[in-house]
Amino acid sequence: MAEQKLRVTLITGRTIDQGVGKELGKGSDKYFDSVAVCFLDPSDIKKLGLKSGMNVQVTSKYGSVVVKAKKYTHGAIPGMIFMPCGLWANIICSADTDSIGMPTFRGFTVEVEPAPNKPVLTLDELLKQEFGK
Amino acid sequence: MTKIIKSVVCPICGCLCDDLEVTVENNEIIKMKNGCAVCEAKMVHGYKSEERILEPHIRKDGKLVPVSMDEAINKAAQILTDSKYPLLFGWTSSASETQHVGVELAEELGSALDNCCSVCHGPSVMATQEIGIPTATLGQIRHRADLIVYWACNPWSSHPRHVERYTAFTDGRFEKSEFKDYVQKLKAKASQKKVAATIRRTQVRYQPSRPQSATVEAPPQTLAKAGRKMIVFDVMKTMTAEVADYFVKVEPNRDYEIFGAMRCLVNDQELDVDSVGGIPVDYLKEIADVMVNAEFGAIFFGLGLTQSIGRFRNVELAIALTRDLNRKTKFVVSPMRGHFNVTGANTVFAWQTGYPFALDFSQGYPQYNPGEFTAIDLLRREDNDATLVISADPGAHFPKSALQNMMKYPLITINPDWNAISRLGDVVFPTQWCGIEQAGTAYRMDSVAISLKKVVEAPKGVPTDEEILRRILEKVRTIKAQKTTKENKEPQKEEAPKKRRLKPQEENVKAEGD
Amino acid sequence: MDIAIKDGKIVKKVNESNAKIIDASGLTVMAGGVDIHSHIAGSEVNLGRMIRPDDHVKDVVKKTALTRSGTGYSIPSTYVTGYRYSKMGYTTVMNPSMAAMKAKHAHEELNDIPLIDKASFTLLGDWWFALENIAKGDLEECARLIAWMIRGTRSYAIKIVNPGGLESWGFGRNVHSLDDEVPNFCLTPRDIITGMAKVNTMLNMPHTIHLHTNNLGVPGNYKTTIDTMRALESVYQGDKPIGHITHIQFSSFAGDSWAHFKSGAEEIANYLNAHNHMTVDIGQVTFADTTTMTADGPFEFALYELGGHNKWVNSDVETEASGGIIPFHFKKKNAVNAIQWSIGLELSLMIKDPWKWFMTTDHPNGGPFFHYPRVFAWLYSRKAREATLKKCNKKAQKKSLLPTLDREYTLYELAIVTRAGTAKALGLKNKGHLGVGAEADVSIYNINPETTDIAQTYKPVRKAFGNAAYTIKDGEIVVKDAEIVATPPGRTMWLDVQTKEPCRIDEEMKRKFKEYWTIEFDNYPVTDHYIKVPEKITIKASV
Repeated sequence: MAEQKLRVTLITGRTIDQGVGKELGKGSDKYFDSVAVCFLDPSDIKKLGLKSGMNVQVTSKYGSVVVKAKKYTHGAIPGMIFMPCGLWANIICSADTDSIGMPTFRGFTVEVEPAPNKPVLTLDELLKQEFGK
Repeated sequence: MTKIIKSVVCPICGCLCDDLEVTVENNEIIKMKNGCAVCEAKMVHGYKSEERILEPHIRKDGKLVPVSMDEAINKAAQILTDSKYPLLFGWTSSASETQHVGVELAEELGSALDNCCSVCHGPSVMATQEIGIPTATLGQIRHRADLIVYWACNPWSSHPRHVERYTAFTDGRFEKSEFKDYVQKLKAKASQKKVAATIRRTQVRYQPSRPQSATVEAPPQTLAKAGRKMIVFDVMKTMTAEVADYFVKVEPNRDYEIFGAMRCLVNDQELDVDSVGGIPVDYLKEIADVMVNAEFGAIFFGLGLTQSIGRFRNVELAIALTRDLNRKTKFVVSPMRGHFNVTGANTVFAWQTGYPFALDFSQGYPQYNPGEFTAIDLLRREDNDATLVISADPGAHFPKSALQNMMKYPLITINPDWNAISRLGDVVFPTQWCGIEQAGTAYRMDSVAISLKKVVEAPKGVPTDEEILRRILEKVRTIKAQKTTKENKEPQKEEAPKKRRLKPQEENVKAEGD
Repeated sequence: MDIAIKDGKIVKKVNESNAKIIDASGLTVMAGGVDIHSHIAGSEVNLGRMIRPDDHVKDVVKKTALTRSGTGYSIPSTYVTGYRYSKMGYTTVMNPSMAAMKAKHAHEELNDIPLIDKASFTLLGDWWFALENIAKGDLEECARLIAWMIRGTRSYAIKIVNPGGLESWGFGRNVHSLDDEVPNFCLTPRDIITGMAKVNTMLNMPHTIHLHTNNLGVPGNYKTTIDTMRALESVYQGDKPIGHITHIQFSSFAGDSWAHFKSGAEEIANYLNAHNHMTVDIGQVTFADTTTMTADGPFEFALYELGGHNKWVNSDVETEASGGIIPFHFKKKNAVNAIQWSIGLELSLMIKDPWKWFMTTDHPNGGPFFHYPRVFAWLYSRKAREATLKKCNKKAQKKSLLPTLDREYTLYELAIVTRAGTAKALGLKNKGHLGVGAEADVSIYNINPETTDIAQTYKPVRKAFGNAAYTIKDGEIVVKDAEIVATPPGRTMWLDVQTKEPCRIDEEMKRKFKEYWTIEFDNYPVTDHYIKVPEKITIKASV
C-alpha cells in the first residue's frame, strides 16, 4: 500500500549535471533537467508508489515546489531526499540564518508526496509565480 | 584563423586549473583540452549561448526594454544615490581588479557590501576568526599528504579536478598517485568474495569482533596500507565517496558531535557511548588511529558543514581537530571554496577594510558583522532599499523569502548572461565573461593569485564590469556633488544616523602613559 | 642652511622667486624615513588582518574628501598603512617576507598603499631549486635561478627564514642547529646560509641576504645567532657587510628555559662590535596587543604550543616556504615579555656603531609600526626608559641591563638608525640623506634641536615624531601639520638582475616546474600589470 506522504530530511548540494547545466545557461534545457529534480532512495520511491520520472511535490514550512522524482543511485539514503541547489530547491529553504548570515539550506524536514497531475514549472514560470517578474 | 592558447585558467570553481589548452577559431572557442565537464560546458558552449545579454535593459511598465549604456548608467547611479541604504552583493565571479572598485563604490555610497561567501564559506571564515586555521597551498598537499579526508563535500561534482590535480590521484615529490590502485580496486571487486574470505581467515584471530552498523561499513583493511589513502565523510554516498578507500556515512546535522568524538579519541580519551552520529565508536577509533599515524594529513570540508546546524561551530571543531592532530603529526585543513574568485573577494575586501565580507559603510568607516550586514539578514529584515548584484546569481541561490524582499525595491544587475537574477532586474547591464573575454586576477581556494587570460574578444559594445562600476561611481559622485551644492543653498536638515554608531577613533596612536 | 628641491630631486639651488618656500627654522629636518623591515602586505599579512576583526573594531578610520576609510590596530588596512607611515615622516618601507608563489597578491596590496615607496624580499632560503643546487655545489646555476626568481617576483632582496626549518616543517619537523641535516635534501642550514651569501655577492645585489635565524624565539638561541654570524665570516671580503640579521631581539635569548629566560644581548653586541660583516635590525617589543606573523611556521607552532593562544594559523607554501600567525599581547607584567623589551634596547644601546643596527619593531611582531615614536623616546631618553622599566615585571627589572646603560641617542644617531643607515644597508643611494641628487623625500618635525633637551622633555618630542609638521614625497608636500594633504601612489622598486647567461629554462626545467608547483610555468611570474608605479633597477651580476 503506497503512502500518501513521507516526512524526510532534505539535503541540497551540487551535482556535476547541475554544474554543467548552470554553465550552459540558466534557461537551458540541461539546467532545467538537472536542477528541477529530487533524488529519492529506491525504498522511499516504492513507499510512495512512484514511477520513475513522475512528479513529486516537496513541501516545507517555507514553501512548496513540484519537481521530477529520480532514483538516487550511489548508495542508500532512506529517509532523505537530495535536491541540486538552484531555484527549485530554494523555494522551500528558509532564510533563517541563526544570526550569522547563512540560510538553512539543508538538513531540515520536508514532506514529499506524488504529484502526477501537477506540472514542473520552468525557470521563467517559477520566477513569475514567486516574484511577479 | 585558428590559434591554440596554452595555460589558460578556468574561471569556474576554486580550483582555478591553469593548464587548459583552448583552440580559438574566428574569435570563437571551438574546442579545449584538459578541462572538466563543467569547464567545457562554459568555455566551449555556455559563454556564447543565446542567453547572452548584449545590451543594457531597463524595466519599463514591467517589461525589460533595451536602452543605451548612458541611460542605464544614469538610472543605476540615480537608484543608488536615491536609496537610503543600498546593498552591493556578489563579486565572486569578477576579477579582483573589479572587486577593488566595488569597495570604493560602497564606501562612496555608505552602503552595505557583501559577497557570496556569506552563503557558502562565510561560516568557515568566521571559524577562522575564532581559532585560526592550520592550512597549506594545494601543492604542499599534493607533494606530501598520505591521508586525504573529504568531509561533507563532493569534489567530484563541485570541483571535478580537485582529486586529480591536487590530492589522491596526482604524483607529488614524496607521495604518489593512487589512481592505479583505484583501477586495481575496481578489478578486484570482481573477486571480492575471495578476498573477503582470505582476510577473514587471516585477521579473525587478531581482530575483536566489531559491532555492526546498519548504515556505516566497517573500516577496510586497506586503510592500514602505506601510501595515499582517501576517506570521505558525508551524509550520502557520492561519486567522490565511490573512489575513496573508505566512506563514512554521517547522520545529517551530526558533524559537530563526530568532530568532538574524534578529538577525544585523538587526544587518547575514552568514550562511554557505542556510537556517535550514527558511526560506531570502534570505527571512529580506527579512523583516529589512521589520522594519527599519517605522515601528513589533509582535511577538506565543504558546504555540508557550513550549511547544516551548527554552521561555523562545525568548522571550528574541524579546525580544532586538525590543531590537535598537529601535536601528533602534521595536518592541514582547508575549505573547498566554490566560485573561482570568492577567495579573492575576501582577500580584496580584507586588505582595503580589514574585513572579508558582511561589511557596512554607513558610518563612513568599515564595520563588520555577519548576521547584521550579511545579504540574507539585510534582506530578511528589509534593511536595504536597493540592491546591486554583480557577477553572482542570488536569483537561483537565495531562499525565496529573501528574494521576495529584494524584489520590493529597485534591483541593478551586472552579469554576462540572462541568469535568474538578470531576469528579475530593473536595470540590467551586460558584461564580459571574466576569464574568457576579460583578463584579471583570481585567488585560488588556497589564496594563490593567478592571472586569468583573455582568449576571445567580447561582443561589440559589451564592457567589462570594472568599467561599468567605474562609470557608475563617477556618476554617483557627480550626483552627490550636485546634491551638496543644492543643499548648501537650502537650509540644511540634520540627518539621523542610518545605523547604530560605533565611536570612531580617527587617531589611535596614543602614546603609552609612561 | 637651505634645501632646494626641483622635479622630485634635491638640487643645489632653485630660483627662489617662483619657488614654494617652507620655513623650517627652529624645526628638525631629516630625510624621509626608510624602514628596512615591516610586514605591510601579502598573503600572510592579509590573513592576519582577516582573522582579527576584534583588533580592527577598536581603531576605525573615517573616509574624508581626500583619503579612504579603513581600520587599524596591529595590522592596518592598506590605505591606513600608507597614511600612518607618512604622518611619521616615513617615505620608504621594505616588505620583507613574500612567498614567491604569492607575489602577485603582495604586489596587488602594495599598489593600494599610497604615499610610500616600497619593495619586497622573496623567501628563497627553502626553495627546492635553490636547495638542490646548493647541495650539488652548483652555486652559479643557483645564482642564475635566483636572478630569474627575483625578476619573476618583482622583488628586491633574498630573504632567508629559518633555513632548512621551513622545508622540515613540511613534515612537521624543524632544524635546531646550523649543522642539522635538512631531511630529503642532504644539506644543512650552514650550507644554505653561506651558499646564499655567496650567491648574493655573485649577483651584486644592493642589499645583503636578509636573514631570520634558526631557533628564533627559543631560550638560549643567542648561540645559534653567533654561530650564524661566524659562519658568514668566511664569505666576508672585507669591504661591505654580507649579511643582515633581522629582528635580532628574537634571536638574542639566553637561559636554558623560559623559567630561566634572560638576555643574551651583551654577547651579541660584543660580537657585532668586534666584527664588520653584519648588520642587524632589532624588532623592538613595544608592549602592544599585536599579531605575530612570520614565514617561520615551526616557530609559530611552538608559540601556539606554549599555550594561551586562541588563534593559530599555519600556512605552508609548496616548494618554497611556510608561514604562521598568532595574535599576541606583550605585557609589561610578564617577565619574558619585559625581558624581551629590555633585550631590544640593550642591543640598541650596546652596539656602538649606529650604522650597524637599525630601528624596527618587525611590524607587527614586536608592535605596530606606528609605535616607532615610543621606541625613539626609549633610545634618546634614559628617563623614558626608566619610566617604562619601573612598570615592568620585578624579575625582569632585576635582570635588565638598562639601568647600567647611560647612552642617549642624539637626533643625528636617530637619523642614522631610521633612514641613513637603513638606506645604506639597502643600497638605496638616493634615499636616507639630503645631499644633492637625493630623492626629495623629506620629513620635518616640530622639534627645535637647539633649544630642546630631548632626553628630558621626551614626551612632546615623541609626539612630534608621530605627527610630522611636513612630509615631502618626491618634492610634493603630502603631510602638513600631521594631516594628509596629497596621496600620490608611491613606487614599487624591483631588481632586474641580469646574469651573463640566463638560467636554463628548457623542457626539462619546465617539466620539473610542473612537478614542483601546481601553477603552470607561464602563469607563475608577476607581470607588469601587477605594479602600478614600477621603479626597475637594473643590476649586472658577475655570473
